[in-house]
Amino acid sequence: MRQYLLKRILLMIPTLLGVAALIFLLMRVVPGDLVELKHAGEGSSVSAETLQKERELLGLDKPLWYQFGAWIWDIARGDFGVSMWTGRPVLYEISIRFQLSLQLAIMAAFLAVLLAIPLGTVAALKQDTWVDYVIRVFSIAGLATPSFWLGIIVILGLLILFGWLPPMEFTPFWENPAANMAQLIWPTLAISYRYSAMIMRMTRSSVLEVLREDYIRTARAKGLRERLILIRHALKNAMLPVISVIGLELAFLIGGMVVTEQVFNLNGLGRLLVQSIEQRDYTMTQSLVLLTAIFFILMNFVTDLLFAWLDPRVRFK
Amino acid sequence: MLLEVRNLKTQFFTPEGVVRAVDGISFDVGEGETVALVGESGCGKSVSALSIMRLIPDPPGRIVGGQITFRGQDLCQVDMETMRRIRGKEIAMVFQEPMTSLNPVLTIGLQLTEALEMHLNMRAMEAQKRCLEFLRLVGIPDPQRRLSQYPHQFSGGMRQRVMIAMALICEPRLILADEPTTALDVTIQAQILELLKNTCRRLHVAIIIITHNLGVVARYADRVNVMYAGKIIESGFSRDIYGTPKHPYTLGLLRSVPRLDQPRKAKLDPIEGQPPDLADLPPGCSFGVRCKYAEEKCAQEVPSLREVGERHWSACWVADRLNKGARGKP
Amino acid sequence: MASQTRSSFSSGKFRRVIRFCRQRPLGAIGGLILLIMVFTALTADWIAPYEPLVNDYKAMLSRPSMHHLMGTDAHGRDVLSRIIYGSRTALLVGFSSSFCGTMLGVIIGVICAYFGGKIDVIVQRFMEILLSFPLIVMALAMMAVLGTGILNVIVAITIPMIPRSAQVIRSCALSIRNTPYVDAARACGFGHIRIMFRHILPNVVAPFLILVTAYLGGAILTEASLSFLGVGVAEPTPAWGLMLKGAAVTFAETAPWMAIFPGLAISAAVFAFNIFGDSLRDELDPKLRTS
Repeated sequence: MRQYLLKRILLMIPTLLGVAALIFLLMRVVPGDLVELKHAGEGSSVSAETLQKERELLGLDKPLWYQFGAWIWDIARGDFGVSMWTGRPVLYEISIRFQLSLQLAIMAAFLAVLLAIPLGTVAALKQDTWVDYVIRVFSIAGLATPSFWLGIIVILGLLILFGWLPPMEFTPFWENPAANMAQLIWPTLAISYRYSAMIMRMTRSSVLEVLREDYIRTARAKGLRERLILIRHALKNAMLPVISVIGLELAFLIGGMVVTEQVFNLNGLGRLLVQSIEQRDYTMTQSLVLLTAIFFILMNFVTDLLFAWLDPRVRFK
Repeated sequence: MLLEVRNLKTQFFTPEGVVRAVDGISFDVGEGETVALVGESGCGKSVSALSIMRLIPDPPGRIVGGQITFRGQDLCQVDMETMRRIRGKEIAMVFQEPMTSLNPVLTIGLQLTEALEMHLNMRAMEAQKRCLEFLRLVGIPDPQRRLSQYPHQFSGGMRQRVMIAMALICEPRLILADEPTTALDVTIQAQILELLKNTCRRLHVAIIIITHNLGVVARYADRVNVMYAGKIIESGFSRDIYGTPKHPYTLGLLRSVPRLDQPRKAKLDPIEGQPPDLADLPPGCSFGVRCKYAEEKCAQEVPSLREVGERHWSACWVADRLNKGARGKP
Repeated sequence: MASQTRSSFSSGKFRRVIRFCRQRPLGAIGGLILLIMVFTALTADWIAPYEPLVNDYKAMLSRPSMHHLMGTDAHGRDVLSRIIYGSRTALLVGFSSSFCGTMLGVIIGVICAYFGGKIDVIVQRFMEILLSFPLIVMALAMMAVLGTGILNVIVAITIPMIPRSAQVIRSCALSIRNTPYVDAARACGFGHIRIMFRHILPNVVAPFLILVTAYLGGAILTEASLSFLGVGVAEPTPAWGLMLKGAAVTFAETAPWMAIFPGLAISAAVFAFNIFGDSLRDELDPKLRTS
């Protein structure tokens, strides 16, 4: 087990470096250079001197490999640079928006799992009945509906039916739980639908597959009650791939957050990414994309670990 | 009689047609007796065992006729709750694949004590003691340590021993062993069969052993039922079946086994042809097309079981023509 | 003799389609919606009641009525016509990106599986790096670099598709490569290209089709998301996601129809592609089930 852990950690490092390199190169592939593009709208009112000064400031006059090394070195020390748009440190901009996005993500994940696993199990148990059909259609619809449109419809609904819009100001949970919930429950619903649809489908197919296994037949041959067989024998096995999916499909969640924060006008990290692209703030874009990738890789790693720990076949080799 | 099966019929309803997997079989099992169900793959022997346990998946399968009388009760008529109580406690089953028949994420100890808690209402301490007792009985060394281990930490033979312990632990009256050694190494097979036979004799448990291996049958069974295409075509004591087989199929089976006392250059003597499609059985005797002794009547009428010796039955119109045994030539 | 086989072949295929429709009604419905969508896209010029790009400020923000079945938007453009023309954008982007992405994935997957060794390891690592980004984040980053426009959107969505399809195709190709008849072909001295084309590719056709249909829905969704965020297709191109951009919260109270119809169109299209793709996969190759 320990060996497995070590191997996985070692494998992550080249991947992380590769990811950083890819982002770095992507940002440099921009036609023209970063500084020119930033001032693209201003035409010839900006002098070549000013442009050159900015270039030097951002270190763009140095060779590529030097820039990359410097960037990695800075990141390792926690310095993500300064936003080209707001002028403030990138890390600062991220930190003030972090709490909202984190809470949104946690709530959405929680709701999704709470909904999906029971529904998926019921669909599997009642396979091919109308219950199964309804649940399946519900989950396929969840994968088809754009989360931002769902957000828009929710807002429309609230407006037309109750004449009420969710508050714009973010209040942290411990300051005022009611206001906090009033703001965040709606985007949570919009985001978690898609995520739960994915988990629901996986749960259903996993439970179906497990119920076909030989050891379930053995359990029945022993005269155990169906409910006990389901909970003790079936679900434990079925949940293993589901946990994998929950971790891996976190990507859907992040994607949902990026668009939904826009719809609900929430000042979160997703919105920041879009704004940084609109403002041509490449330092910010670079850092955010890198952080997303790191988070994603980390999540996969944690999921793998969890899987290895829960499955006795891996844990006790 | 512990178990009386009369005219059991189990069918599978598939989009390609109705498969008559078990087509009216009848046999008996006495207390403590070892009865064999022999036949090639697909002849319906496993389905027969699963039918007795009422473990046929529905859909697509169903028991469509017959009676299974166990200790005076017809298992085909009882409700599922009663059947559930009988399973594991009165009748237990040992399956073919020890690899996949045990739950990989639960400890052996838990899988053994489950049935005890369910059927005998034992509490943890008592149940554990009994588990250790039975693990020792089936020959697993260091049972205390083994209780908290998982199936993948056992070898194939050990897993099968655990399966046997699991089957015996509630002291049932009857065990159904479906090809218990087919998935194991040849060297282990004999061990497991000896174990099965001895422990069952000791605890006075009857066994129905299902196999395609004639060697197994000879050594361990008291009575033998030979199945073909969903029917029992010959039934008798082990010595009679081997000594004086009274069905061309049985004869063919016995002759097709390579023997150590034959000369090296002797050719194999297989049965020609293929078993029939159980969804599309031919009229008359199902074996007729492949039979060396077939007459006109064989293709027209399905032969019923007739007595050809002491508690020896054969479903064959030409049974009387088979005078010599497996050792001779016709 | 030849004509006999031809007719029996075509009638066999037709019968198979009928059986597909009967056994998988949901998939058949999906297929039907797809056909309607393709038909709409092709005949847009004839069936759309108005020009999608013409502004008509007199009819600005009017409710759904006999004149404008789905109402008009902030520039007075007919919503229904824009939705009809929007199907063109959706299908164009969807098909192009999923087809190209999967096709490139096939090439990479087959090459990796066939040659194995160093090539496989290096390419796999690269694919792993590409897969470390959620699809939309990668597409966003690419759009940041490329700028708006329909061609850039297609490229931005194609690139993340490649590693995803490459992985699936690679495992399919691996299972074929390890069969005895491929070894036999190599022993006969057949060249690499010939073996790949004759033996491996035909077996990869089914997964390829399944992946294209599976990714189509995702591609349409991603394009809609990018356009909605303003980094996808540019105004005034009729695109469903773009139509929602203008409608978000600004006109929610005054003109809700601007938000409802484009979203319905997106959902219906993705829904149809997804269930059709699912049923197709169940029909052609149940082994590829992931859900």
